[in-house]
Amino acid sequence: MGDVVSEGFIDGAADAARDSLDTPKPLLVVEHAKKSFGAVHALNDVSIELFRGEAHALLGENGAGKSTLVKIFAGVHQPDSGSIFLDGVRVQLSSPAAARDAGVSVIYQEPTLFPDLTVAENIFMGRQPLRSGRRINRSEMTKLTKDAFDRLGVTIDPSRAARGLSVADQQIVEIAKSISFNAQVIIMDEPTAALTEVEVARLFDVVKTLRAQGAAIMYVSHRLSEVFDICQRVTILRDGAFVKTALIGETNIDDVIRSMVGRDVVAAQSAGGGTDGANVLEVERLTREGIFTDISFNVRAGEIVALAGLVGAGRTEVARGIFGIDRIDAGTVKIDGKKLKSGSPVAAMNAGIGFVPEDRRQQGLVMEMAIDRNVALASLRGLSHLGFIRKSSERKMAFDWSARLRLKYGRLSNTVMTLSGGNQQKVVLAKWLAREPRLLIIDEPTRGIDIGTKAEVHRLLTELVKQGVAVLMISSEMPEVLQISDRILVLCEGRLIDEFSREEANETSIMRAATGLARTSAA
Amino acid sequence: MSQHLDEALSGAATANPKTPFILKLVRFREFAILLALVLVFVGTSLKNTSFASTSSIQGLLSGPAVIILIAVGETLVIITRNVDLTVGSVVGLSAYLVGDVYVHYPHTPVLVALLVGIAVGAACGLVTGTIVAYARVPSLAVTLGLLYIIRGLDAVIVNAVQINATSLPAGFIGVGANNFIGIPIMMWIAIIVVAVVGYAMRNFRATREMYAIGSNPEAALLAGIPVQRRIFSAFVVSGALAGLAGALWLAEFATVGSTAGTGYELDAVAAAVVGGVAIFGGSGTILGAALGALFLNTINQALVAGGVSSFWDQAVAGLLLVLAIALDRYLVVRSERILRVEGRDRGRH
Amino acid sequence: MEDTETVLEKDAAIDLGGGRGLVSLVRWESGLVILLIACIICGTLSFKYFFTPQTIFFSGLDIGEIAMMALPMTFIIITGEIDLSVASMLGLSASTLGYLFLHGWNIWPAMIVCMVVGAVAGAFNGILITRFGLPSIAVTIGTLSLYRGLASIILGTNTAVGFPLSTLKLSLPIGKSEIAYDFAIFIVMAIVFAVVLHLTSFGRSLYAIGLQKETAFFSGIRVNQIKFRLYVLSGLVCAFAGILYTYQEASANNVTGLGLELNVVAIVLLGGVSIFGGRGTIIGVVLAACIMAALTTWLTDIDVSGEVQSIIIGGLLLLSVLVPNARDGFVRIRALFKRRKVGASL
Repeated sequence: MGDVVSEGFIDGAADAARDSLDTPKPLLVVEHAKKSFGAVHALNDVSIELFRGEAHALLGENGAGKSTLVKIFAGVHQPDSGSIFLDGVRVQLSSPAAARDAGVSVIYQEPTLFPDLTVAENIFMGRQPLRSGRRINRSEMTKLTKDAFDRLGVTIDPSRAARGLSVADQQIVEIAKSISFNAQVIIMDEPTAALTEVEVARLFDVVKTLRAQGAAIMYVSHRLSEVFDICQRVTILRDGAFVKTALIGETNIDDVIRSMVGRDVVAAQSAGGGTDGANVLEVERLTREGIFTDISFNVRAGEIVALAGLVGAGRTEVARGIFGIDRIDAGTVKIDGKKLKSGSPVAAMNAGIGFVPEDRRQQGLVMEMAIDRNVALASLRGLSHLGFIRKSSERKMAFDWSARLRLKYGRLSNTVMTLSGGNQQKVVLAKWLAREPRLLIIDEPTRGIDIGTKAEVHRLLTELVKQGVAVLMISSEMPEVLQISDRILVLCEGRLIDEFSREEANETSIMRAATGLARTSAA
Repeated sequence: MSQHLDEALSGAATANPKTPFILKLVRFREFAILLALVLVFVGTSLKNTSFASTSSIQGLLSGPAVIILIAVGETLVIITRNVDLTVGSVVGLSAYLVGDVYVHYPHTPVLVALLVGIAVGAACGLVTGTIVAYARVPSLAVTLGLLYIIRGLDAVIVNAVQINATSLPAGFIGVGANNFIGIPIMMWIAIIVVAVVGYAMRNFRATREMYAIGSNPEAALLAGIPVQRRIFSAFVVSGALAGLAGALWLAEFATVGSTAGTGYELDAVAAAVVGGVAIFGGSGTILGAALGALFLNTINQALVAGGVSSFWDQAVAGLLLVLAIALDRYLVVRSERILRVEGRDRGRH
Repeated sequence: MEDTETVLEKDAAIDLGGGRGLVSLVRWESGLVILLIACIICGTLSFKYFFTPQTIFFSGLDIGEIAMMALPMTFIIITGEIDLSVASMLGLSASTLGYLFLHGWNIWPAMIVCMVVGAVAGAFNGILITRFGLPSIAVTIGTLSLYRGLASIILGTNTAVGFPLSTLKLSLPIGKSEIAYDFAIFIVMAIVFAVVLHLTSFGRSLYAIGLQKETAFFSGIRVNQIKFRLYVLSGLVCAFAGILYTYQEASANNVTGLGLELNVVAIVLLGGVSIFGGRGTIIGVVLAACIMAALTTWLTDIDVSGEVQSIIIGGLLLLSVLVPNARDGFVRIRALFKRRKVGASL
């Protein structure tokens, strides 16, 4: 790739439209790709086509092969067999650099930038424009960065340090980096997971702009409603095999789910009721400066209360405040009527609260520790006698809970790294359920988990509350929220906007509340 | 609509106040050290006027030449998120070997002698760099082991022959003793190195990649940066500069025992950190490290001149290092908090 | 976000690493045992009284204090931190003892003051690292200087001599032979540390903190409190070692223990404790201390100078970090070219 960015795209939407009206030649073609890791076949004869100017969704459960396919495009893996064609020419994407040079670019969910360097340098690292004597031409670099941002229709200061940029802005920087590489194919892997609604809208605009400029976008996401908003076609994989490709207009969400799963998913039903349980959790006027204000609500024994709202509304922060991970500036938390000391996870745990965090790998599990030790991690005191861990009790706890949660594992002494995402989440659940909590706070219970395990987790939660436990659930997945909650509290920008009972809740009204508009009259 | 959204997201779009703020932080550090340096100098001179005498100032300016050089080299390594604990031993080894050259070839030109020093250091850096970069071993452990080895090697060699001032020609000693426009030649060498390396660190792709490696090693790999090669180069340069420092050390002290350079590695790290180089890499300037070295050295001399026993040297140096680290942390935390709050405000509209 | 394929490839990559933790550990300790036996054999070959109580006594005396300091250091490194100020705390304690003794203090209260000084020094480290969140490597480089400097300030150029050696026996009789007292103390301490590390919940939490600090905190482990206590413990042990060292040397001055911190770290790393944290055993550290003792004794016996010994120890240290990483690197390269068997069921 040259040192200076040149016009990478076919100018104008007209060309792209014309191309797709005539015998459209696909930009990217994958034919019969196969990839195995040892005995497991991750991809089994997958073929896919991408056209210029389209946003093409790639869907499938976990383990379906999406991630492997993306990594093949990124040049991280090479297919065992099969071929890749770009603009009709066969290519070998043998390394991330080779993929980039070929014009294929992947935007990951968590963009990795260099926090200490400027935005411009992040984009041009290794290819900075030069002036005499091979010295970096900073003004040119800044100008080219601004050009890239203009082309995307966004504004970010090229000379600011990348440190402190929001995830959404970081993604934009990554996209700008891609187009500065003249990327023709841009693959977005779960791009909206950490974005506020405003930021999602901005991203969608960027996607439309990219399409208009003739790029092909592959959109990998679990968020089916977004997919139906922004994409033109969808390809579904299942168990490493290609299932089908369809035009968005010719299918619907249920149809897609059926293809992904191969069966009709039976949704868990909440027990309903739980209105006669006593208050387990009482939160009164909880405040944390700049994050959330005057949050007051209760959770009774036997009910599942969901905290809904957009990303950034402060839901996780409220949960962290209750559990004592973060300090509280004002307000009280009571468990079973007793005031809880703030800022101390240990106090929260002793009071009977369990906390399944958002980030499994960094906060819920010690990846390099064995399964049984992870299950025991929150119960060390209970398993110890005079400070000494009773290993037999520890093993029994792990064994019992693994059986109850139907955990799929090799040996209990294997590390949790060897488990799939769904099973890892089960380990985290086991860890907390082993403490027999009065209140279970669970943040994004089924994020990144395949549909089968998702249903299992939902069933588990509904069974739990039947036993008198109170559950506070944070979730960004509307179907999940509507399915299993008894009550739904909606936060917006750190304030509790509205509350819905199971009967009166629907996606629209929750969304309205999430944007700050409370109902003017009840039900 | 995207325009509107985007403006909402960027707040005051083009007139971004954050850029000058970050720059201010950087300039603040070098400026702060200079300011502190001047204050210390003035304060001490008031107490002891001979501190401000020409010979005293000369001493202040020539003393740290050796430490400045190794601090510069250490900075390169630290920027890549590594550490080089061998530099002290390399100084000792190089000082000895250069002296040895003079013992055997008394008419060696000064320039050649300096080059010998650089070569010795570079050779050591080569070994260190190969192990750290290509065997992918954590640099703390590796340079610790190499520190032992090089120190041992040095001591073995040194016991053989003693080098003192009579072995060295006047020209070589002149590097330490003679002045050019009032500043010792040694110091000029250090200044040139600081200027050249400092300029290079800011203006070339390879050096910016070193910052990238320290800032986010995984992203650096993904971006196709030749990480191993860059880390290797950093160690070679660090070794070479330590070798040069060793030659200058010899010029300054004109005698070499087996303890030459002992402990210098920690001084180098301290100078860099005080000078604003983040211990985990990714940021910091050569100028800052050089100023840090100058500052620490000045404090040492100031203590002596001010009548405080030299036993306070180490304690003060240690305290300063701790304060510098605390200050760095405070600045990072504060700027991150400000940026986070702004980001949150933007996302709201 | 976790999905099957990511897991699979990660599993393939770390096959020999964290997965079979116990297995890889046993391999390291076995290697150390072999090395120790090799040293003893070499030693006995060159000097037939090598493996006798007499020799063991003196080599134990040499290594005792350093080995002691390696114990809290092991805990600290397992939690992912480091303490480079250990030798300076030893020197500070020695200086304090010397100073107080020179000023007529009775030896027992003086020793108590030394321990307090050590605890305070450790606490200072602890506060900077836990409360202020400063990086431990940089902080302890600073306190290394600070405490050594304070030691200099306290004692100046004086050397304190004439300690009442009779108040502390140099050796403990075991059966018919005698064992160096400080080595004996080390062994006892090592047993306590080993029990704590491997059998208690405290020890388990150290591993958790070293491997995944955030998860440990989220699971109710008081990370900062534990780290703080470790640093205070380090201060106490170093102060104690300083007292013993002074007795052994029968003198104290401001360079007591200069440079020993690197020896301590070397023993810990040689013992198989990973510099990254989360891995390591006390038995490995004990074996490494024995190897150091045996090796230095043997080398001194065959007239190898201290400097060359230095080279050999440095080489051992290098090997101890190169070997595990080399294996990982080899695995990585192999994985690139061949298919990997994935053992775990999913």
